[in-house]
Amino acid sequence: MKILVTVKRIPDPDESLKFAGGGLDYSASKWVANAFDEYGVETALRLAEVVGGTQRLAEVIVLSICPEGQRQHMTQFLAMGGDRGVIVDADPDKLDTVAVSKLIAAVFKKEACDLLIAGKLSQDNEGNQVAQRVAGLLNLPQACFAATVAWDQTNSALTVTREVDDGVETKRVPLPAVLSVDLRIVLPKSVSNGSTPATHAYNEGPRLASLKGITMAKRKPVAVLKPADLGVTLTTTEAPAGVSAPPARKAGQKVTTVEMLFDKLTKEAKVL
Amino acid sequence: MSKVLVILETAGGQLRPHCLPGITCAQEIARATGGELHLLVLGADPAAAASAIAQAGYGAAGVHTLAAAALEPFTAEAWADAIVHAIKTLGITHVGGTASSTLRDALPRAAAVLDAPLVSEVVRVKSADTFTRPVSSGRALLDIKVNAPVVAFTARGTEFEPAQPGGSVAVSALPGPQVNTRGVQVKGVQKTESSRPALTEAKVVVSGGRGMKEGANFKILEQLTDLLGGALGASRAATDAGMVPADLQVGQTGKIVAPDLYIAVAISGAIQHLAGMKGSKTIVAINKDEEAPIFQIADYSLVAKWEEAIPKLIELIKARKGAA
Repeated sequence: MKILVTVKRIPDPDESLKFAGGGLDYSASKWVANAFDEYGVETALRLAEVVGGTQRLAEVIVLSICPEGQRQHMTQFLAMGGDRGVIVDADPDKLDTVAVSKLIAAVFKKEACDLLIAGKLSQDNEGNQVAQRVAGLLNLPQACFAATVAWDQTNSALTVTREVDDGVETKRVPLPAVLSVDLRIVLPKSVSNGSTPATHAYNEGPRLASLKGITMAKRKPVAVLKPADLGVTLTTTEAPAGVSAPPARKAGQKVTTVEMLFDKLTKEAKVL
Repeated sequence: MSKVLVILETAGGQLRPHCLPGITCAQEIARATGGELHLLVLGADPAAAASAIAQAGYGAAGVHTLAAAALEPFTAEAWADAIVHAIKTLGITHVGGTASSTLRDALPRAAAVLDAPLVSEVVRVKSADTFTRPVSSGRALLDIKVNAPVVAFTARGTEFEPAQPGGSVAVSALPGPQVNTRGVQVKGVQKTESSRPALTEAKVVVSGGRGMKEGANFKILEQLTDLLGGALGASRAATDAGMVPADLQVGQTGKIVAPDLYIAVAISGAIQHLAGMKGSKTIVAINKDEEAPIFQIADYSLVAKWEEAIPKLIELIKARKGAA
């Protein structure tokens, strides 16, 4: 099986935002991997590896659309355990989601993959739409916002539980398919592949790269493609037209006792 | 002329209330673009729900149904087929609805097939072609200008008033499209049963965080919640620790809520949590750590242990109710 995982780098979400000239100034930002993409790579690795054995059930290909010179995050994901990388050399800030989705779909087809895994959203843009779009373009089944995934190797299908507004939905999708992962996918028992013992509990969260992994990552192949190599025509169906800070909340008050809080809520805010 | 289509969700022959803010957003888009509003009801047998919706009208020029057995239970695959079919048949220019887990799943898929951009979680219709949406955990508002024959949108439910009934319209059935589920099977939704109002619709939300320590301690928050007729919420730390079910999570990856009163108990206030509740009218924070970031956005901050503060608050509310 071939698994394609999409990753991107984002400005550190824990840094405060700098508003400048009708936009956001990221010139001094630290760039980090999008957390949901770390969950995506962790999911792929848990599906691919057999804990306690040496067998590998899938090849994990890490895909990023980024300027070729800004690929530190790619090295990080290969150090976690991805087998090889594909970079589409383009500035994602200048692409619309229509084009980004087409580029990913084109790489999926070119590599003849069986499964696309994407983070549910990127913490900066929060679009929450790329996996769904790629599934539509490829005409494949999709399982989005996955909290758990179980791979049925015999029948070539995934059973996924998805977090929906009313609770948790169980959906079975035949492969090839598209999966988007939510944050609970990295809990100790969220991913099973039928070969790793069912009793195995992973450490919570995405794995850290080992020293050996970091050394090996530098030797792993990374193909660099241009959008034109993939036959994708870039479009401009949407463009940013300004950024502003949300209105600030009015300053709050400190209350020192529960009685005082109750008094404020009943008489001032009138919400009780 | 523009034609704005809202994708509605129904249950038991009725419109699901969370769809109403999406209709309001669509009305605003129709006004800004000088166009018509249309409503679409999908399902195995959507006629009854559609006629109830048509009675209420919501200022629409038409209510359309699209019937196919494969549309129930919901799958993004079959729904996207139906949405694409409706857009092409009706000549739709704008398509969307409230940002529910259903539309977040199906609408981008349909948009991709149509080469349409999708503006997620719209909070404001700025002009005919420019929509505002929050980014970076709601710390910035981004204006997106769109330029395409078909534009998709999801509206953040907390940012638009529920649409009011007005002017009943006729129902028309669209000829059946080819819809299929691409071989997927939905084995049902495990619902968290609760007699409380839905988290996203409640007037009062009481949320607990890591500091509640264990699930059993949420009992006292439930008591407070029920006393106020509210819904129970939680931070990611509390849901990850298994204290309460995941669907109670409020935040960037959970529910976005904006009740009249939000009481955050033993929640430190990570950016991701604030993103899900800072639209609330009145925010109360109770935390024993005076440095907790939640205090920076709270209207009323009480530095206290929940073990002492919550029972006392319950007592005061009960006494007031008894006196009234």
